Amino acid sequence: MSNASETVTSLSSETRAGVIGVHGVTKRFPGVIAVNNVSLTFHQGEVHVLLGENGAGKSTLVGILSGLQEPDEGYLSLNGKKIRLASPSASLDAGISTVFQHSMLVPTLTVLENLTLGAPWYERPPRARIAARMEELKREFALSLPLDAIVGELSLGQQQQIEIARALLRDSKVLILDEATSMLTPQGAHELGERMQKLVKSGLAVIFITHKLAEAYRYGNRISVLKQGALAGEMVPDQLKSMSEDQAVDEIVRLMFGREAGAGSTEQRNSTKRDDTVLKLENLSTQGDADVMGIADISLILQAGEIVGVAGIDGNGQKQLAEAMAGQRPLNSGRVELDGEDITSATVAQRRRKGLRYLTDDRLAEGSVAAFPISENTVLKDIGQPPFWVNGLERPQRIAQHARELIARFSVHAPGETTPIGRLSGGNIQKVLLGRELLGEARVVVFNKPTYGLDLKNIDTSRQRISEIAERGLAVLLISTDLDELMALSDRIAVMEGGRIRGIVKNDGSGEALRLRIGRMMAGEEDYKQATA
Amino acid sequence: MTIQDDMNPVSADPETNVDGIARTVTERSALQRVLTLTVGPILAAFLLSALILMLVGVNPLTYYGYILERSLFSGLGLQQTATRMAPLLFLCASLIIAFRAGIWNLGTDGQFLLGAVISAASAPLLVGVLPGWAVLLAGFVLAALVGAVWSLIPALLKAYQGVNEIITTLMMSFLGVLLASTLVKLVFRDPETTVPQTRTLPVEDRLPRLFDTSISSGLIWGLIAVLAVHLMMTRTAFGLRLRMVGANPLAATHAGLSVPLLTLATFGLSAGFAGLAGASEILGVAGNVRANWNPAYGLMVIPLVFLARFNGVGAIVLVFFYSALMIGSESAARRLGVPQDFTLVLVASLLICLGLGEYIDHHKRKKER
Repeated sequence: MSNASETVTSLSSETRAGVIGVHGVTKRFPGVIAVNNVSLTFHQGEVHVLLGENGAGKSTLVGILSGLQEPDEGYLSLNGKKIRLASPSASLDAGISTVFQHSMLVPTLTVLENLTLGAPWYERPPRARIAARMEELKREFALSLPLDAIVGELSLGQQQQIEIARALLRDSKVLILDEATSMLTPQGAHELGERMQKLVKSGLAVIFITHKLAEAYRYGNRISVLKQGALAGEMVPDQLKSMSEDQAVDEIVRLMFGREAGAGSTEQRNSTKRDDTVLKLENLSTQGDADVMGIADISLILQAGEIVGVAGIDGNGQKQLAEAMAGQRPLNSGRVELDGEDITSATVAQRRRKGLRYLTDDRLAEGSVAAFPISENTVLKDIGQPPFWVNGLERPQRIAQHARELIARFSVHAPGETTPIGRLSGGNIQKVLLGRELLGEARVVVFNKPTYGLDLKNIDTSRQRISEIAERGLAVLLISTDLDELMALSDRIAVMEGGRIRGIVKNDGSGEALRLRIGRMMAGEEDYKQATA
Repeated sequence: MTIQDDMNPVSADPETNVDGIARTVTERSALQRVLTLTVGPILAAFLLSALILMLVGVNPLTYYGYILERSLFSGLGLQQTATRMAPLLFLCASLIIAFRAGIWNLGTDGQFLLGAVISAASAPLLVGVLPGWAVLLAGFVLAALVGAVWSLIPALLKAYQGVNEIITTLMMSFLGVLLASTLVKLVFRDPETTVPQTRTLPVEDRLPRLFDTSISSGLIWGLIAVLAVHLMMTRTAFGLRLRMVGANPLAATHAGLSVPLLTLATFGLSAGFAGLAGASEILGVAGNVRANWNPAYGLMVIPLVFLARFNGVGAIVLVFFYSALMIGSESAARRLGVPQDFTLVLVASLLICLGLGEYIDHHKRKKER
């Protein structure tokens, strides 16, 4: 937290008591600390921006404030008094309304019906009163909503206005907008920004969650940056006002992607790059849809002994790239070459046998079958292959022996090879999966967020293993959202944004300058400026 | 989703049991677990059913005693019980494949009846044309094929469009049952009888009986089917692939398995075994299919397969008891006036009690941690 206090330059506004406070809140999920000892105060009359990458803990905080989850440690306060928000209705009663990223309206009902959904069942919908209030809201906040329209037929922006109106009709004190601009047009986002300012002027506290840097500066009065579950820093209103947009964005980039204050110095590893090209990607493109971002025109070359890092804010096509490489995701176009051989049309299993390995980021849901014992999980990608199967018949002893060897070699902490893998901690599952990927003749290993959600000790050993793999002459593609990790391990770093590679930089050890450059590329700011210049 | 939750303990179970025995510390709690998970619930279920019997004015001891005597302690009853097991065992094999692979094939009744009808329609015509064993083989093969074909629509919809197979197999089952009955009345009707039914396979051409008893050798084939399926699912690469698709389709895709193709294979095998079940009843016992005949064995077997936790050996034991119950209650219905459907009450209370046992065990273990 030293970083947080460091950035708090002005205390004048801090002295004002906030509406809601979050005090030392920690929330753990299996294998991951989602929110780690976060303290925040939200004030009346302010748009308080919570900024952070996916997985930084923003959504969990929203969940805690809206009563969906309760903190494991720490507490919440309302107007200076300690409160417990054990359920969504408790949160609503406390005057906290949340507009979630995905619409929480019933699309087949009318606007009026949606607005009155939470009311007691024995009351008739007070149509006249709501209509009068809506008239007021229309004047004050430019919310114009036809009461009898079917919600599903309205635009996403209008649906969001309904949710805001619903919060206002409840006389909420605090309005939380979770990734509210993600489904709006730039124009819609701009309108929302103005509306938020009007709302706070009327006395509300608005909590605005986003991962877009420019929005944070433009619409926010106060910015708190979350990083891997912890508060990385805060920018108070006075400080923000005194900065230009560029300065503010620089500062935010520093907070979001900068070196953590307490983290040990991660020495850059010596390159073990050799001259022979192992993997060549040419113009890979995949189909995107509403839920999944497609990738476009990805070209990369991996050489033996080289670690190529892929930086980017989570969800900018990194996983799709990994899946396309592993053969799990069909390509629209492009070509994959391994050791000079075209493997574009090879299946997942064929690519694996040729030495292209992919360690998924989703250890539990994709990488393993939780209920199966460790032994079976170690061979799930080689079902039917000798020596574990002979003529399609399983050889349990051989598999068990292999699993025991793997457990010993990768120092997996497990009661035995028959333990269901779902009972292990994230770090130990990761070791099993890594052992599985390195089995046999591996040539290229694609790591997707290999240290995500692990504790410090496991992070260190994982990174150690990755550099050992490169030393052995394998090519490594290291996808990570942790810039420290990428800068410590990579020879080159490709930055992905919006499903494309925005640039590939050599990791020349130039430290902070490189970090800032990558950070801005990740945020898409570089492009943005060029577009608006 | 629920099927996966239900299935999770299955694959994990043998291992935890081994753990429990290996460690003396947990031995006592292992005994307690057996009590809460099996013995307790079974006793509770019989007590519950006894209460219901008393409410309708029947002495439960007389009823239970009569069932035991009629189905297990009399030679003829025991033979009937054993014969009844055959189709149920084939259905168990069918469901073990499906459930272990995460597919809810609830259409076994339609697949069963269509298999039965095709074997009843073909076998009598082939008598004399082919040698005896070939007639039976042809009947079985045709039944398996027809059963599998009847699952094709749900299979394709599930594999390529993700359409919920619970709905589609059930709907296809209704259609299958009606189609079977229509075929009997219109196409395969024996012209020499007045009652609509298929031609009858002469007794000497049916599946041979075991030794000097009246037990059909379908029992042996049923046992082989269940054991073979059990070994396939637990000991072969193919079985592990199916189980992986069932337990975590995402992980299966990640590991390079073709989830759609394996889904199709699951449907084909499962429905094929359901067809075999129909053939075993016709070629072994009934000899023909009468119009509107529908024993609805398929849905009856589902709870048994779940109780056995998709374990073949466990399923065989349960099928034995269930057939005994069916045979016993059929005569109890005549003698004591307790409707035959009372077996369903018994099975239902057994399921509820076992579910409760599981719930209690789960909570106890949670507390221990």
